[in-house]
Amino acid sequence: MKTGPAQTGPFPELGQYLENLGEEQSLIGILHRAQGLYGYLGRDIQLYIARKLNIPAAEVFGVVSFYSHFNTEPPGKFTISVCMGTPCYVRGAEAVLEKCREELNIGTGETTADGLFTLKDVRCVGACGLAPVVLVSDKVYGRVVPEDIRRILDDTVKEVK
Amino acid sequence: MALRCNVLVCGGSACLMSGDAAKVARNFELILKAKGFGDEAQVVTTGCFGFCEQGPIVKIEPDNVFYIKVSPSDVKTIVEEHITKGRIVERLLYEEPGLRRKLGKTEDMPFYKKQVRIALRHCGLINPEDIGEYIALGGYEALGRVLTNMTPQQVSDEIGRSGLRGRGGGGFPTGLKWEITRQSPGEKKYIICNADEGDPGAFMDRSILEGDPQGVIEAMAIAGYAVGAQTGIIYIRAEYPLAIKRLDTAITQARAHGMLGKDIFGSGFDFDIVFHYGAGAFVCGEETALINSCEGKRGEPDYKPPYPAQTGYKGFPTCVNNVETLANIPEIILKGAEWFAGIGSPKSPGTKVFALAGKIRNVGLVEVPMGITLREIIYEIGGGIKGGKKFKAVQTGGPSGGLIGEDGLDTPIDYESLLGAGSMMGSGGMIVMDEDDNAVDITKFYLEFALAESCGRCTPCRIGTKRMHEIAEKILAGEGSMDDLELLEQMAEMIRDSSLCGLGQSAPNPVLSTLRGFRKEYEKLIGKAKA
Repeated sequence: MKTGPAQTGPFPELGQYLENLGEEQSLIGILHRAQGLYGYLGRDIQLYIARKLNIPAAEVFGVVSFYSHFNTEPPGKFTISVCMGTPCYVRGAEAVLEKCREELNIGTGETTADGLFTLKDVRCVGACGLAPVVLVSDKVYGRVVPEDIRRILDDTVKEVK
Repeated sequence: MALRCNVLVCGGSACLMSGDAAKVARNFELILKAKGFGDEAQVVTTGCFGFCEQGPIVKIEPDNVFYIKVSPSDVKTIVEEHITKGRIVERLLYEEPGLRRKLGKTEDMPFYKKQVRIALRHCGLINPEDIGEYIALGGYEALGRVLTNMTPQQVSDEIGRSGLRGRGGGGFPTGLKWEITRQSPGEKKYIICNADEGDPGAFMDRSILEGDPQGVIEAMAIAGYAVGAQTGIIYIRAEYPLAIKRLDTAITQARAHGMLGKDIFGSGFDFDIVFHYGAGAFVCGEETALINSCEGKRGEPDYKPPYPAQTGYKGFPTCVNNVETLANIPEIILKGAEWFAGIGSPKSPGTKVFALAGKIRNVGLVEVPMGITLREIIYEIGGGIKGGKKFKAVQTGGPSGGLIGEDGLDTPIDYESLLGAGSMMGSGGMIVMDEDDNAVDITKFYLEFALAESCGRCTPCRIGTKRMHEIAEKILAGEGSMDDLELLEQMAEMIRDSSLCGLGQSAPNPVLSTLRGFRKEYEKLIGKAKA
C-alpha cells in the first residue's frame, strides 16, 4: 500500500505506523491498530486513514461498519459485556442483560451519560462452565444471577474512587 | 537433583477465568521453592485439560493424580501432603456422583474413559510456550519426514486415503481440497488456517491453539508443502488474545529452530506464517468471506465456483483448513492413513472434538471417536442433565444446526447421520437443553443471531431471517396463528434453497428442525393465543 509523506499531523502514532506497513498488511489490521491507539474509530480517524491510503472514505466506513469489533463512538471507562452465547442463554443470560439495562438505564450498545459504563451483549466468550458470564472490562464474573448486578457495578465504581 | 515430579496446571482460558489458575501456578512455584523442592518438582502451565466444569485443574505427574477446583490457598496443602509425604489430598479429588467414590486417575473417570485424543493429544500435557516439549514428544518429525521422503502428491494422497474431512463443519475431504489446490496453476499459492471460531458455545479451536499451537503450525507447513504454498495465513478472532499470544510465541520459536523460514530441513522448501485478525463477523468463517476479510474488505461471501482452491486470496489458489482439521495432520503422517481410517466410522473416520455445554453436568471439551452416540456423550461422558431435570434436546451445529430430541439420542456422531437427524456436525458446539427450555424460544434466539450476522449481500438471507424472527416473536408473544406456522415453514424452505452462502442456507435449520421435532410447542403457544 502506498502512503503519503511522513507527517506529525493529528494522529502522529498512526501516521508513523502507516509509513512502515508490511506487504501483507490489510485495512482491517490498520483499523485494529488505530482502535488500539485511540479507543475508537471516529469519523476524523476514518478520513485520515482513507487519505493516507488513497482510497475512498466510503470504503473505510464500509469496513468499519461491517465488523462489530470496531467502535465509532468513544466507549465508557468500563465495558460490561454480557455473554449471549447459547450456553449462557439457556442458563439465564437474558435476565442478566435485562437487569444491566435497568440498573444502568441504557440500552445495549450504549454508554452511560457519565461515561463510566458501556453495555454490550457479546458472542460466546468460551467460558461455558461458568455460564452465565459477565465481563467487566477484562474481569470475569461467572454463574451470575440478576441479583448480582448491583453489587458488581458498585464494586467496579468503588475501584475507581 | 533429578526431577521427580511435574505439577501440571491448566492454563486454558476457561480455567484462567474460572478462578485463579495463574495464581495457583505462581503459588506452586513459590511454595515448592520455599520447601527446597525447586529442583525436584517443576511447575508446567499447560493447555486445556477439557474438564472445564471442575476448573482450575491441577495434575501431578508421574503419580497421575487429578485435582479439581484448586484454589490458590489449596496449593500449600498439596505441596505439604502430596509432594512432601506422598499422601493424596482426597478433598480435592473428583467424586463421581453415581459412584460416591473419589477418583484420582483420569482413566477411571467416566468423563475421560470414552475419549480418544488425537487433535487434543498435547492439550493438558505440554507447555504450549516451549517448543522443546513439543519436539520431545515427536513434534516436527512429521514435517521432517514429509520434506525429506515424500513428494507433495504423496502427501496429499496420504491425507486423502486417511479419509480426513473438514472439521469446521462442512466435512469436505481434506485430501481432495489439497489435491485441487496443488493442481491449480498459480504463480503463488496460500494456505489459510481458519481460526475464526464463531459458533456460540464452541471453544474447540481456541483450546487447541492455546494448548498445542506448534501442532497447528507444523500442519500448516506440511499443507504448504503439499499444495505448493510458501505463505501460511492464520485468520483468527481478535477476541482470542491468549491463543494469539501463544501462537505468536510458537511461531517465533519455530523460526528460531529452523522449522519455519528458508530451506526447512535442508530441503529447499521455504515457508512462513502471518496473522490476519477477524473483527467480529460470524460470516467470516465461510471461506470466501474469510478470504475477502483477509484482503481487508467487508467479509461478504462470493459465489462458488470458482472455489478458493482455484482462485482465492488475492486471486491465487488458496487452501482453507480449519484448526481442528490441521491438528490431526501430523499424527496421520506419523502413524499412517490406515491407522486413522481405522478409527471412527467408515464414512467419517477419526475423532471429533466437541464443546459440551448448557444444562449438562460436565461442561467441557471432549474428543470422541466418530460413531459414538449422542446418548453416550451426554450421559456417560457428560454425566447427564444438571440438577436432576429431564432431557429436552441437544443442539449441534450452532446457528446452522438443529435441535435433536429424545428420539434422536441414539444417533451416531458422523456427518451424514447428524444431517439425517435434522441437524449437522458443525464445528463442534454441543448444547444440552432440559425441560425448562422452550424450543420456540431457542429458535428465536438462533434467528436473532442469524439476522444480526447476515451480511446483507443476498435478499433471502437479509430479509428472510428478519421475517422469520418476527413470526417467532409473534408466536412467543401468544399472538400467532396456524397460518403463521405454515408461512414460517414455507419461508424457511425458500431461504434454505435460495441463499448465496452457507450462513443463509443453514439459517433456517433451527426453524425446520424444531418445527419437525417440537411442533407441539409451537401449537401450544398458538393454542393459548386462541383461548
